[in-house]
Amino acid sequence: MQMSLPQPEPNADSLPYWQAAREGRLLVRRCTACGERHFMPRHLCPSCWSDRLEWVESEGTGRVESYSIVHRAPTAAFAAVAPYVIALIDLDEGPRVFANVVGDDAFEVAIGDRVRVTFEDRGNGAMIPQFARVKR
Amino acid sequence: MGNAMSLKNKVAIVGVGESDIGKVPSMSGLGLNAQAAKRALDDAGLKVSDIDGLLTAYSFTEPYTMLGSSLCEYLGLQPIVCASMVAGGASPGIMLRHAAQTVALGLADTVLVCAGENRATGLGRDAAVAVLAQVGHPQFEQLYGGLIPGYYAMIARRHMYEYGTTREQLAAVAVNTRAHALLHPNAHMKTPITVEQVLSSKPIADPLRMLDCCLVSDSAGAFIVTSAERALDLRHAPAYLLGIGEKHTHEHLMCAPSLSDFGATQSGRIAYEMAGVGPADIDVAELYDCFTIVPIIELEELGFVPHGDGGAFFEAGHARIGGKLPINTHGGMLSHAHAGAAGGLFGIVEAVRQLRGGEGERQVRGAKLALVHNEGGILSSHCTLILSNQKG
Repeated sequence: MQMSLPQPEPNADSLPYWQAAREGRLLVRRCTACGERHFMPRHLCPSCWSDRLEWVESEGTGRVESYSIVHRAPTAAFAAVAPYVIALIDLDEGPRVFANVVGDDAFEVAIGDRVRVTFEDRGNGAMIPQFARVKR
Repeated sequence: MGNAMSLKNKVAIVGVGESDIGKVPSMSGLGLNAQAAKRALDDAGLKVSDIDGLLTAYSFTEPYTMLGSSLCEYLGLQPIVCASMVAGGASPGIMLRHAAQTVALGLADTVLVCAGENRATGLGRDAAVAVLAQVGHPQFEQLYGGLIPGYYAMIARRHMYEYGTTREQLAAVAVNTRAHALLHPNAHMKTPITVEQVLSSKPIADPLRMLDCCLVSDSAGAFIVTSAERALDLRHAPAYLLGIGEKHTHEHLMCAPSLSDFGATQSGRIAYEMAGVGPADIDVAELYDCFTIVPIIELEELGFVPHGDGGAFFEAGHARIGGKLPINTHGGMLSHAHAGAAGGLFGIVEAVRQLRGGEGERQVRGAKLALVHNEGGILSSHCTLILSNQKG
């Protein structure tokens, strides 16, 4: 039996992020006071505590800072797709995000690899940002 | 830090206890805490009526919302100080700091600190892995199959990339602690392991394998804190608190300010400064070891070796009893026991025992200064403490 992978459960901080993901757009938060961009959306800027924030679209390109190939998944749904790659990716605009590296060459991933966002269908219109290695 | 009153020399740990460890199906989580507490009380030579404060942490198997009150109720205690403190693996050190402040300010005389749970039989390995995965951010980490070994694996991978740390060096940490566990009468693991066995154990999250990961045990630990004056009248030589420091930088790894610089540097600096000692003065160190990469990083951040040299230190055998700096002399969380906040608490228990002397083959000869480091989350919350059998 195919167990389905989880879908995002947005809250008040993240709703615009997940709505944009459904349209294939990756958003990050930008502080209009100090200019700092951050991931993991918040009510205020974690650098200067200004609450004047805006959503900006990311180019979706970045670099792998570290990764792991997971063999022992935490749940039955992920066990069905293991092994899989988890990674920390620094977007070119600055913020660090966590996602899977996907694609047929995912297991060749290395620190420093260039990656680009792609969107994975988790059902019922839910799309989640993922990253694939940029082929040279 | 401002002009904080120093906790140096104000309090001592006067009693320590461990519950039965391993698979203990005959006992509940609270029962294990009670057993450890009773053993600590007997060890100190105190009476139940002497305890007027209790601090505990959290439990996945006994998920009472007010665990401190629930544990007091179970133990029949009606203290004037009680709280449950949740900072993951850093909880025991942080509880010691709060106990020390409480006693130093005269808000209570004798504080019992205990933690642990029946994680092996009350949860089991599969459920433990699933429950612990909930430490990941619900929207931005769990959605991607994130799990605790995976986050630490990414830290290990980064350390290998930046400093050339090797797989064999990670394995040497597991082998080191297992050798020590074999000398401990109550350790969960009782058979020796080799580097080759670590390298060929089941892959968990590359580069970490099964034997790079801490145990899932039924266990609880306890210690008793009282004033330095009161400590002189009790059964054992006191283990004085000379210094203690904390640092908190993030909770989820994706929000960590760095993947190679963590908070142990600063928690250590605060503790050393309060104690008036440095890394070269320390005789024995009990370093949090949920995964083999962690004591390597802590050894470096706490100033014992330069950044990048931690793996080689373990590989050369310098962390063995009899080596330059014996580390995790009880066997650590990799081989002695791990169950929630009890894992780091056993490091404090072991430090106290080493300072008393008399641990036989496990004894670090002439140990006068012991350092314990606890960390919680994904190297998120740090607490370093320095104990001695003499006032500093």
